[in-house]
Amino acid sequence: MSPNITTILVASTLVATGTYLFLSRSLVRALMGFLLLGNGANLLFLVASGPAGAPPIVGESDAPMADPVPQALVLTAIVITLGMTAFVLALAHRGRQLSGVDLVTDDTESARIHARAEADDTGSPSARDVADQIAAEGERTESRYHDEGSTGEERGER
Amino acid sequence: MITTYSWMVPLLVVLPLVGAGLALAAAGRTWVQRTVSMSVLGSMLVLAGVLLWAADQQGAQVVYVGGWLPWEGIVLVVDRIAALMVIVSTTVTMGVLGYSIGQGRSSFDDESDGHSPLPVFHPTFLVLAAGVTTTFVSGDLFHIYVGFEMLLAASFVLLTLGGTAERVRAGTTYVLVSLLSSLIFLMAISLVYSATGTINLALLAQRVGDLPGGTIAVLQLMLLIGFAVKAAVFPMSGWLPDSYPTAPAPITAVFAGLLTKVGIYAMIRVQTLLFPTSRFDDLLMWAALLTMVVGILGAVVQDDIKRMLSFTLVSHIGYMLFGIAVGSTIGLAAAIFYVVHHILIQTTLFLVTGLIERVGGSSDTSRLGNLARISPVVGVLFFIPAMNLGGIPPFTGFLGKVGLIQAGVDEGSWLAMTVVVGSVLTSLLTLYAVARVWGRAFWSENPEGITGSGPVRGGHHEALGLGVLVPTTGLVAVTVALSVAAGPLYDITTRAAVDLMMRQPYLDAVLGSGVTL
Repeated sequence: MSPNITTILVASTLVATGTYLFLSRSLVRALMGFLLLGNGANLLFLVASGPAGAPPIVGESDAPMADPVPQALVLTAIVITLGMTAFVLALAHRGRQLSGVDLVTDDTESARIHARAEADDTGSPSARDVADQIAAEGERTESRYHDEGSTGEERGER
Repeated sequence: MITTYSWMVPLLVVLPLVGAGLALAAAGRTWVQRTVSMSVLGSMLVLAGVLLWAADQQGAQVVYVGGWLPWEGIVLVVDRIAALMVIVSTTVTMGVLGYSIGQGRSSFDDESDGHSPLPVFHPTFLVLAAGVTTTFVSGDLFHIYVGFEMLLAASFVLLTLGGTAERVRAGTTYVLVSLLSSLIFLMAISLVYSATGTINLALLAQRVGDLPGGTIAVLQLMLLIGFAVKAAVFPMSGWLPDSYPTAPAPITAVFAGLLTKVGIYAMIRVQTLLFPTSRFDDLLMWAALLTMVVGILGAVVQDDIKRMLSFTLVSHIGYMLFGIAVGSTIGLAAAIFYVVHHILIQTTLFLVTGLIERVGGSSDTSRLGNLARISPVVGVLFFIPAMNLGGIPPFTGFLGKVGLIQAGVDEGSWLAMTVVVGSVLTSLLTLYAVARVWGRAFWSENPEGITGSGPVRGGHHEALGLGVLVPTTGLVAVTVALSVAAGPLYDITTRAAVDLMMRQPYLDAVLGSGVTL
C-alpha cells in the first residue's frame, strides 16, 4: 500500500505550525497550536486507514471496503480533543479574569530559591535582595488573592 | 482465556464510572456522595483482590468487550501486574478519599469558598480512579490512550479546583504538558496502526518483530517519549514540581501516588511485550541516572515540604526506570516492587504533609518548628514513611533498592554500575532531604512563633481530628505491613516479571493457547 502523499503533507504542515504555536506563552495561542496538532494527528489516522473504499457495511457492495477501525479511533480522538479544548478555554478565561492576561507565568518559588542559592554562592547582598524581593512579591500576590477571594464579586461569579 | 472470574474485570471500570454518575446526581447531599464513593472503592478493592488471586492461580483473566475478538475489538486483560496495580491504586485512593472526607466540608478551597462543599470533587475523583484502572486493565493501545485521557481530564479539574490564581498558573503548565504528551502518544498509535494493522497489544507482540529495524525504533521512541512525559522522566520532568505542590494535600497525594506510575506501567507493558529485543536500554539507563540525580539535587534545596516531596517523586521515578532498563527478570521484579512501594509511600507522605499544614498552618519549613513537641503523633507518622523513602532497612524502600542494585550488578556493564552508584548516592541524598525537613520542622526552635493552636486557614479548630488521623495512620500501617509481608509480595512481583519476560502467557491468554510469537 502506498500512502496518500497529499494527506501526509497536510498533516506535516499542521503538526509543524501547531508545534510553533504551542511554544507560545499565550495560552490561547498554545490552544490553537494544540488544535492544529490534534488535527494533524487525526489526519495521520486517515493515512493509516489506507486507500478509500466502499462503506464498511457487509453486503452493501462488492468493492473493497474501507478500513473501519481508524475511523472509529479518529472519531474518539476528535471527541476527546473537543473536551480538552473546552477545558483549556475555561482555564484561559479564568486566568484572564484573575490577572488580566492569558500568559503562562513563571514559578516564583523556583525563582526565589535560585536567587537565594546565587546569594549563598556569591555572598553578594544584591542577590540576597533579589531573593527577598521575589519572596515578598509572591506573598503580595497571594494576599491580594486572599483579599479578592472574600469579596462579593467573586462569590457572585460562581 | 475466559474464566469464572472474568466477569469481574469490566466492573473495575464500570463501578467507579457509575459511582461518579450517582455522586454527581447527589450533588447537594454530601453523605450520599461519601457513601457512594467509599462503597465503590471498597468493592473495587475486593474485586481486585479476587482477581489477583485468580490471575496468580489460573493465569490472566481476559474479557473480549462486546464479544469482539482481538482482531476487531478491545480486550481487557488482568494479569498479575495489572491486578497488583489496581489493588495498590485503589488502596491509596481509598486512603486519600477517607482523608478528604475527614477534613470536613470546606476542605478543598479553604481560601475562598467559605464553607460550601464542592459537589464536583467526589465524581471527579471517581472518574480519576476509573481512568487509572482502565489504563491498568487494558490490552489495547488506543484504549490505554482513552484511559490516559480520562484520568488527565479528571486531574485537570482536581488540580485547578477552586480556580485560585496559583492553581490556575500551575494548572496551565500541567494541562499543556499533559496534552502534548497525549498527542505524541496519539500520533504513535496511528503510526503503529499504519505499520502493523492492529493496536491490540498481543497481536502487536506477534507483528512488531517483522517490521524493519528503523520503523521499530521510531515507534518505540515515540511511545517511550509519550509515556516518559507522563512519568516525569528527566529531561521531561520539569512540569511536575512546578504544578503538583499548589494543589490541596489530598489531591497532590493521589496525583503523586498514581499518575506518574501509570506512565511507568505503560512503559513496562510496551517494553516487555512489544519491544523485547530492541530496547533502547542504554538510553533508558542514562535517563534513569539523570532523573535520579537531578531530581534529588532539586529536592535538597527546597524550603517547602510539598515541593521537596515532588522533587523526590521525580528522583525515585529513576529507580523504576532503571529496573525497566536493565531488562532482566530480577530488574523487572524489583521495578514492579518499587512501583508498589512508591505509590504507597509517596501518597502517605503527602497526606502527612497535609497534617503538618493543619497543625502548623504551613508546609514551608522556614515557617515551621517545634512540631515534635507540639504534635508527637504527626512526628511519628512523618518519621516512619520518611525513613522508608530514604531506604532504611527493614522497610520496603530498602528492599526495593536492594533488588534493583542486585539487578544492576548482575547486568555488569559499566553504565549499569554507574547507575548503581548513582542510585546509592540518590538514596543518601533522599535521606538528607527528609532529615533536613525533620530537623527544621520538627526539632528546630520555632523562628517566628507558631502556636500549635490549630491551622491558620480553613477555620477548623480541631487540627487533628480522627477523620484525618485514621486514614493517614491506616496508610502508614499499610506501608509497615508491606515491609513485613515483603517476601510474599516479592514472590508475586517475580512471578509477574517472569510472565512479562516470557510473553507467551499473555499471548496464550488473549489469543488462545498454542499461538506462536
